[in-house]
Amino acid sequence: MQYKSQAVAKPYFIAAIGLFVAQILFGLILGLQYVIGDFLFPAIPFNVARMVHTNALIVWLLMGFMGGAYYMIPEEAETELASPKLAIATFWIFLVAAALTVVGYLTVPYATLAEMTGNNLLETMGREFLEQPLPTKVGIVIVALAFLFNITLTVLKGKKTSISIVLLLGLWGLAVFFLFSFYNPVNVVLDKFFWWWTVHLWVEGVWELILGAFLAFVLIKTTGVDREVIEKWLYVIVTLTLITGIIGTGHHYFWIGTPEYWQWWGSIFSALEPIPFFAMTVFAFNMVNRRRREHPNKAAVLWALGTGVMAFLGAGIWGFLHTLAPVNYYTHGTQITAAHGHMSFYGAYVMVNLTMISYAMPILRGRAANSNKSQVMEMWSFWLMTVSIVFITLFLTAAGILQVWLQRASDTPLPFMVAQDKIALFYWMREWTGVAFLVGLLIYVASFFVGGKEEQSA
Amino acid sequence: MSGAFTKSMARNIFYGGTVFFFLLFLALSFDTHSQLPKRDMRANITPQIAEGKKLWEVNDCIGCHTLMGEGAYFAPELGNVVARYGDEGVKAFIKSRPKEGIPGRRSMPQFNFTDEQLDAIVAFLRHVNSINDANWPPNVQG
Ligand code: HEM
Ligand code: HEM
Ligand SMILES: [Fe+2]
Repeated sequence: MQYKSQAVAKPYFIAAIGLFVAQILFGLILGLQYVIGDFLFPAIPFNVARMVHTNALIVWLLMGFMGGAYYMIPEEAETELASPKLAIATFWIFLVAAALTVVGYLTVPYATLAEMTGNNLLETMGREFLEQPLPTKVGIVIVALAFLFNITLTVLKGKKTSISIVLLLGLWGLAVFFLFSFYNPVNVVLDKFFWWWTVHLWVEGVWELILGAFLAFVLIKTTGVDREVIEKWLYVIVTLTLITGIIGTGHHYFWIGTPEYWQWWGSIFSALEPIPFFAMTVFAFNMVNRRRREHPNKAAVLWALGTGVMAFLGAGIWGFLHTLAPVNYYTHGTQITAAHGHMSFYGAYVMVNLTMISYAMPILRGRAANSNKSQVMEMWSFWLMTVSIVFITLFLTAAGILQVWLQRASDTPLPFMVAQDKIALFYWMREWTGVAFLVGLLIYVASFFVGGKEEQSA
Repeated sequence: MSGAFTKSMARNIFYGGTVFFFLLFLALSFDTHSQLPKRDMRANITPQIAEGKKLWEVNDCIGCHTLMGEGAYFAPELGNVVARYGDEGVKAFIKSRPKEGIPGRRSMPQFNFTDEQLDAIVAFLRHVNSINDANWPPNVQG
């Protein structure tokens, strides 16, 4: 570790992994409820388990982004973090707020929770992914501001590298677009229109800047390739991201009451969105092939390459699959959407966080890389989780195609629940593959605890 | 990626391109807002419909169902449910959910809504059904 204050990243990484485990456990509950409908009913209805699953995901990804930024910014700016104390304080605020929110979801009916937490003052709850009570949303904003203040100040007092600038733009964008979660008009079309300004402009906009910056940082460190080259690539990638992704928002404006011209704008621009993801894959492989050194942390390099490939598959290929309006007319809101949601979130944002954690954690624990034994375990977990998510995606895609066929494209369309019963086999296969994913995740966690001889030097 | 194309050129294209396409997006959004009143039926929104939307939200119906195709995929699309079952059919369905669920089946909670609340929810769903959403879904099954 070059700067003492980088150490504040550690609790963020640990909490992120803890929440990841919680996310997957609730995913397995959801998957079981898909086939054994009354599992845990009425104690934990599906919608409650789903909130825990998706909110845990978002919160742990944010934890990972913050931890990664706290690790990376001092090293890039070549100066200590402006305020390590503030970083630790906001960590605890964030963690306690997240824990209380989950306890709230699980212990009181959602309507009661809304009543208790002041939803009547400003109605923001009950929209997908933005289910958090008002105090939690406000807490997120406060934590985000304190965090941004801290890292922005650090960059201002130190060296301003292109990687830092792109990261800061991504993180500021994240905070700004989250503000739309406070806007919930009674007009449901407007509500949906701006809901996407948070959701789409996050994952297909500003978050990709964070993704690119993290990847660039880890690649510089592990390959020793010239910074000028890597930073030029980074600019090209984020340019492609934003010129396709911003208007690409239109692929959500096909069928929600917005004018028909969005079918053109949305289809054309979002069809180009795979390009930056493809560029990221080429970038990662190119830099690793041109490496000037053999970094002892093989696992981190594997995660970095995996991020490129899986983000391209999940976001690029599986996104393209249903993004043209005439296709989306049939697939909109089916298991095809769920298939894409899983592989894209995993391939892009889970994997980039695990890349950063894999690179930084050994250094935070006082070594350049983990022991060979630990790295081998980590690489097993990489393959188990990644192959599992591929199969989860394939099973959900099969379920989705059948769902569309039976319920939407047929001359004698079946009711939703009848169609669901006919495709239950695929939900069972998804659930078993989910168990394999959990095993992979547990091996991942275990890899932190196996010692053995340390790899020396970098 | 070498030769004449420098990092500072890449950076300038990044800023220029982003600003240009963001402004274009704002212009399109602005135009959309001028067209929406004809499509989103806002003139018909009553306090009852607003109440229905609130009930829809505070009970997190979107956590199981889709509405105009957005939400969760565990339970049927509700943007057109009034066309499928009729107002009374929808109310009867919501009212008759067993408290302990249906053995082995995907179960919907019993929310114990009052008659006024049921009316508000159905008014909201009827309003959503009236929105001009380019003929989606493909058929009445949603
Ligand atoms: C890492 C980047 C991405 C992530 C994390 C992501 C995630 C998601 C998620 C979670 C949804 C479901 C939203 C909901 O619940 O309503 C969704 C929908 C969608 N995504 Fe992505 N996505 C990404 C990139 C892309 C790309 C690049 C494309 C196009 C090439 C794309 C096309 C779509 C489309 C068309 C939908 C709407 C599906 C529907 O109509 O039901 N996505 N995405
Ligand atoms: C490994 C076992 C997992 C299982 C069994 C599982 C299961 C599920 C289920 C049943 C849903 C609800 C679908 C619906 O609304 O009807 C869901 C939603 C979701 N899960 Fe998972 N999940 C797992 C892992 C993951 C992972 C690793 C990620 C992210 C990296 C993830 C991200 C999501 C997202 C983003 C949604 C919302 C999707 C959308 O709205 O389209 N899940 N999951
Ligand atoms: Fe999108």
